[in-house]
Amino acid sequence: MFAIVRKELADCFNSVRFFVLFLLVLLASGLGLYAVQQGIHTALQQSQAITENGFVFLAIFTSSFPGLSFLNFAMVITIIVPIIGIAMGFDAINSERTGRTMSRLLSQPVYRDGVINGKFIAGLITITLMIGTAILLVAGYGLRMIGVPPTSEEIIRLFFYFVITIVYGAFWMGLAMLCSVIFRRAAGSLLIPIVLFLIFFAWMFLGSVFVPVDSSATINVQIQQLNLQETLLRISPVYLFQEALYVLLNPVVMGLGVISSAQAAYMVPNPLNLGQSLLSVWPHIVGLISLSVVFFAISYVVFMKQEIRAT
Amino acid sequence: MNDKFAIETQDLTKNYGKVTVVDHLNFHVKENEVFGLLGPNGAGKTTTILMLLGLTEPASGIVRVLGYNPNREPLKVKRITGYLPESVGFYEDLTACENLEFIADLNKLSRAETKSRIDQVLEMVGLTEQKNVATKKFSRGMRQRLGIADVLIKEPKLVILDEPTSGLDPAGINQLLDIIAGLPKMGCTVMLSSHQLYQVQRVCHSIGILVKGRMVIQGPIDSLGRETVGGGRYTIEVETAAPSAALVDVIKSLKGVLNVDASGNNMSITTDTDLRGDIAKIVVQSNIPLVQIKVKEFSLDDVYMKYFKESQD
Ligand SMILES: Nc1ncnc2c1ncn2[C@@H]1O[C@H](COP(=O)(O)OP(=O)(O)O)[C@@H](O)[C@H]1O
Ligand SMILES: [Mg+2]
Repeated sequence: MFAIVRKELADCFNSVRFFVLFLLVLLASGLGLYAVQQGIHTALQQSQAITENGFVFLAIFTSSFPGLSFLNFAMVITIIVPIIGIAMGFDAINSERTGRTMSRLLSQPVYRDGVINGKFIAGLITITLMIGTAILLVAGYGLRMIGVPPTSEEIIRLFFYFVITIVYGAFWMGLAMLCSVIFRRAAGSLLIPIVLFLIFFAWMFLGSVFVPVDSSATINVQIQQLNLQETLLRISPVYLFQEALYVLLNPVVMGLGVISSAQAAYMVPNPLNLGQSLLSVWPHIVGLISLSVVFFAISYVVFMKQEIRAT
Repeated sequence: MNDKFAIETQDLTKNYGKVTVVDHLNFHVKENEVFGLLGPNGAGKTTTILMLLGLTEPASGIVRVLGYNPNREPLKVKRITGYLPESVGFYEDLTACENLEFIADLNKLSRAETKSRIDQVLEMVGLTEQKNVATKKFSRGMRQRLGIADVLIKEPKLVILDEPTSGLDPAGINQLLDIIAGLPKMGCTVMLSSHQLYQVQRVCHSIGILVKGRMVIQGPIDSLGRETVGGGRYTIEVETAAPSAALVDVIKSLKGVLNVDASGNNMSITTDTDLRGDIAKIVVQSNIPLVQIKVKEFSLDDVYMKYFKESQD
């Protein structure tokens, strides 16, 4: 299996694909930094950092362009990590078929699952490198911009953000690899994960469409509706990730669970502490991991049963 | 299990849906021989090979490759078996050497070993100069030779080649066959499949002919000719200067002659024994000039044609 990891990594680092993806990562980091420059002030206010309750350093990652509250580094990452994951996985297996290297590969003393695992691990290493680069770039330059070093808690939170982003990338890569096992042509295995991503991405904005909150109803009904809305939204892995990263990076803005505006008015601005944050994103991480595992399991089963015929 | 056999199958069967593609196949390949698995397209050769390698599961029956069951212990079989698929592909962006290095790495060869063996096998197939050329620039013949190098790099005990000569020009075929013919001396058993008997018959020690998933005939190549097709009989071919019905009747009345087929100046005479002398005498006595007379040699092609005809009926 390590022979496969080695080869895949070597192939990857020499490929145009890697170069393009890396450019994308640099672009995303640049965009994130630009957003920091433009919107750090607002971000600091929103995250309560000004009042010394929030995190100054972490605000770098969620500060957005003025007027475009969704456009920040975290959101850019939410969009490009699936692209990277899909790009790493969509032709993993079917390229061996179309290149007719599959039967040669599988007539060597390797287990079939070793082939999938090797490719997955190589992809994971690449994704980790890219995400690491992006986060370090933004953290480094962001630090120079705001001049406030991170506290140890912020470093821990950032680390968990890093981990969950890798899991999120692995999820998309797993999906793409499953498609590459099922579909013989790269066109199909590329298109389907992309379409799924677009659907899940749009899904984040559709909650209020599916379950409108009736503002004339009683508070209890409204809370019920909001809860239902949230359950629906959580079907989307993109939303799961988005929710988790806000708990980690900007816990004031978005504590989990429904807070009615009536309640919010009485809320003391008090961010979740680290333990609480981790506790509340734990199900998200587990959810993303188990979805990846399901994709993987299906890939295994399908791949094991496939006949390897070189024609 | 007799360890003199590199490959042994018992009632090996494979179905795709309701179609039986390989039907109760029984055959064996002796160690250090070249065995030709022959048959028309769609006969089930590739399917049989895939089952030998554990790349597809048989519906029923037993396979033993070098003493192992390829479905239970696929890795043990694959460690000592080299397989050249019907249409072999390489990683196009990698050089010949890099492609081989990857295979060596998968076989857990050490670096030093890898290096020396790559040089050795590339030399064998005559690709030393193309060592550092990307395989996307390779011609069909070069690919096929690189495929052989790729198969040999793990120093296999058994080599399975699926249609190794297809798509090659005559020179390429000869080159390839020379390499194959040399393998048994290196302690390597070879099984190759082909739908073109002529191309491979010179290197095969034994053959098996597969038609519609059934092995219709198998055995050492030199004893297969006359017995199997002629039923132990001789066919004597006579060419004269002019056709003559009377001559045909005379020959028919000769003791030991079973049948005479006359068409134009040619007669094809089926006999129990070699009656060339008697027939020549009769022809000469009848004052018809004898152009030539010979015992028909049964080539494997006749064997092949016979079974192909049967399979088409
Ligand atoms: N995956 C498959 N599903 C159904 N039929 C198949 C499949 N693969 C091969 N066949 C059929 O099995 C038969 C034998 O194929 P194959 O072993 O490739 O023949 P050969 O190698 O002798 O040309 C053919 O008739 C082919 O159509
Ligand atoms: Mg075939």
